[in-house]
Amino acid sequence: MALCFMEGNEAVAWGAKIAGCRFFAGYPITPATTIYNAMLAFLPPEGGVCLQGEDEIASMGFCLGASMAGAKTMTATSGPGISLYSEHISFAIASEIPLVIVDVQRLGPSTGSATRGADGDVQFLRWGNSGGQPVIVLAPTDVADCVTLTVHAFNLAETYRCPVFVAANKEISMTKESIDLEKLPIPKVVNRKTAPEGEAYIPFAVSEGSRVPDFLPIGADRLVRQTSSTHGEDGYLTVDPSTIQRFQDRRQEKITAAVDDFTFFDELPAQNADILLITYGVTARAARTVVAKLQAAGEPVALLVLKTLWPVPEALIRQKTQGVKRVVVAEMNMGQYLHEIQRICCDRTVDFIGTMDGNLISPARIEEVLSNG
Amino acid sequence: MDSLLNPQRPPVFCPGCAHDQVTKALDKALINMNLAGNQVVLVSDIGCSGLFDTFFNTHAFHGLHGRALTYATGLKMTRPELTVIVTMGDGGLGIGGAHLLSTCRRNIDLTLLVLNNFNYGMTGGQCSSTTPQEATVGSGFLNQIEKPMDVCKVAQAAGAAYTARSSAYRKNLPEAIEQAIRFNGFSLIDIWGVCPGRYTKRNKLTPASIEAQISEMPPADGPVEENQRPEYGSSYREKSAAQKAPSPPKTIEARFSAPETGRQEVMILGSAGQRIVTAGELLCLAGLTAGLRATLKNDYPITVLRGHSVSEVVLSDEEIDFTGIDSPKVVLALAQEGVNRKKSIFGTLADSARVFKAREVDLPATAADVVEVDFKALGIRPPDRALASLALMAGENRVLSVEMLKKALKTRFKGEVLEKALALVQKEMR
Ligand code: SF4
Repeated sequence: MALCFMEGNEAVAWGAKIAGCRFFAGYPITPATTIYNAMLAFLPPEGGVCLQGEDEIASMGFCLGASMAGAKTMTATSGPGISLYSEHISFAIASEIPLVIVDVQRLGPSTGSATRGADGDVQFLRWGNSGGQPVIVLAPTDVADCVTLTVHAFNLAETYRCPVFVAANKEISMTKESIDLEKLPIPKVVNRKTAPEGEAYIPFAVSEGSRVPDFLPIGADRLVRQTSSTHGEDGYLTVDPSTIQRFQDRRQEKITAAVDDFTFFDELPAQNADILLITYGVTARAARTVVAKLQAAGEPVALLVLKTLWPVPEALIRQKTQGVKRVVVAEMNMGQYLHEIQRICCDRTVDFIGTMDGNLISPARIEEVLSNG
Repeated sequence: MDSLLNPQRPPVFCPGCAHDQVTKALDKALINMNLAGNQVVLVSDIGCSGLFDTFFNTHAFHGLHGRALTYATGLKMTRPELTVIVTMGDGGLGIGGAHLLSTCRRNIDLTLLVLNNFNYGMTGGQCSSTTPQEATVGSGFLNQIEKPMDVCKVAQAAGAAYTARSSAYRKNLPEAIEQAIRFNGFSLIDIWGVCPGRYTKRNKLTPASIEAQISEMPPADGPVEENQRPEYGSSYREKSAAQKAPSPPKTIEARFSAPETGRQEVMILGSAGQRIVTAGELLCLAGLTAGLRATLKNDYPITVLRGHSVSEVVLSDEEIDFTGIDSPKVVLALAQEGVNRKKSIFGTLADSARVFKAREVDLPATAADVVEVDFKALGIRPPDRALASLALMAGENRVLSVEMLKKALKTRFKGEVLEKALALVQKEMR
């Protein structure tokens, strides 16, 4: 056996490299800076581009330009940066620009604490765009996930032409960990579908049976139009209500209707479990410790670790909560994903374990709540 | 070459709008340059000038207010062969001020046409960053107490290699635009024009008065001598080609067996300058040489040269789930700052836990077995104390062995640094 030793941020960069990332732009911010450092080390020698924007808004602007020019693109920041990304997140959603955005979450609100972890941006990532259209958010639990979910994030961005978030946490991203890179289940790399040759190119037209427009880069032989304004198939402004609504529906459905294809999760199942603990991110690790211990002692407790947070994998959650009397949600915030679980499990008790003090939720705390329901 | 204007989408500006002149002049410049539509991308901003991309049969990118230069930069860096032209009003200029300054500093091969009509036309004629103080605009008295900026002067100060000022009505505007596009670097033309829809309803401004005003401005008519330098993209590619690709992540073979089984937690409490983080990493690498899993969490203040430095290490022969530390088996208490940071841990230590404590450090009460080390007397300087403590642990076969530590050092260091580190370990062993 041969192990490597790396932090989550290096692992994200490694995943980006595997996925074929060619462009990165960002503005340094703890705890995401080491992703930028790693991308700066590996992109230029390969002929890729890594830029440091004058601010987060510029960095995102660079990324949108680069992605529309055909490059697989990534950026990384933390909560304060996501705030500044917001207008461009909306743009990427509206105008179907593939992009991976890593949010190494740190303790908020506001500038908060640069070197303390939290999962406080989970609803912000979902709703931090104007128009409220859906996004994809994946949440790693460890360094291995940082590699594989980053590759998935690129694949999903390319497949659905949308921004995809990796919702990391300082506690994963700046924690170094042993990892067996050889044994990682690396997904097959997917590239955006380009428009067939020889036909007139209509930038936002979708072919029969598809919800995603074929891509051509700006600079292709055929002309490409991109716009952040309300547009029709031809990429020009439209005021036609039926076209506008059709576009809203299509952008919504291309993501929500496909969630079963990218519902990533882990579990410690138990026959006839009474209690299901649902969690995500770094808290999954404390949860695993406790649930494994309780299961060994014969307790009817199961664990579900969500790695796809948005769109909410409702089918999975319904299936796993079937027959369960009590659901417990643990997350490093004041109760955010809790609302999604409560919505789905509205007919039973949903208890909550959460803190936002910069410390990890401890196994002891989880055990106490699970044992004293 | 034919006109690149889109016959299906003629300009829709208010009658008499200067944007019409610029549209025609830009088309003429593109015709003169023999450029095909697919060789050009028009990046447009928000406001009336934001319609520009729709009038041309070229590639088009229309985005958010003030950000046009950022998209153009991403496009140009990815496809250097494209001719990238940005249109922006005085509104976009103001809101995207930071991007303007940075684009000037970079000198990337883009051409920015500022369609400067001294107010925000589309939103009702409010003041912009170029509105004269004496003008009457839709922002009440606010423009009277702000100084308008000279776009070219600002750009020159920020390092722009090419700045020009023109009236939208000059006959040679197409040539001026062509010259700017042909310039290999960032070129900016501040094009003054009339906005009859808003501005000239309440202010007097004519092609003649624009010429008169421009003639009184400091000159800006092309390359800025003191700012001439290589274009950003070509410099970027040249420097990139000279960079060495980083080596792939190092793998460490499991070759030894660890002295202990199960989960081992170690806490290293020190201060900045004691190489605490390095020691934490060495301990983890040592674990890897015995096939152990390892996690390392570091805690230090943002000011890296001062204050506490704490490393928390977990080693285990099984997968490590929780990365926090509940009950460390070994605590290295090397500086008061670190000990103070983790005060609460000492009360919880088991009596089987071992604390190696530097002589000058005060510890809170603890049940653990405390061994005091007089590093000073041993001649071990503060930067070496963390490594020396690992050697003490190894000497007792506690968590790691000497061969594990030596192998970790060889993985992490080379040359003289390695020799010194190994010598220190050897010294500790004796
Ligand atoms: S409002 Fe002013 S800038 Fe806008 S189209 Fe009318 S005249 Fe031109």
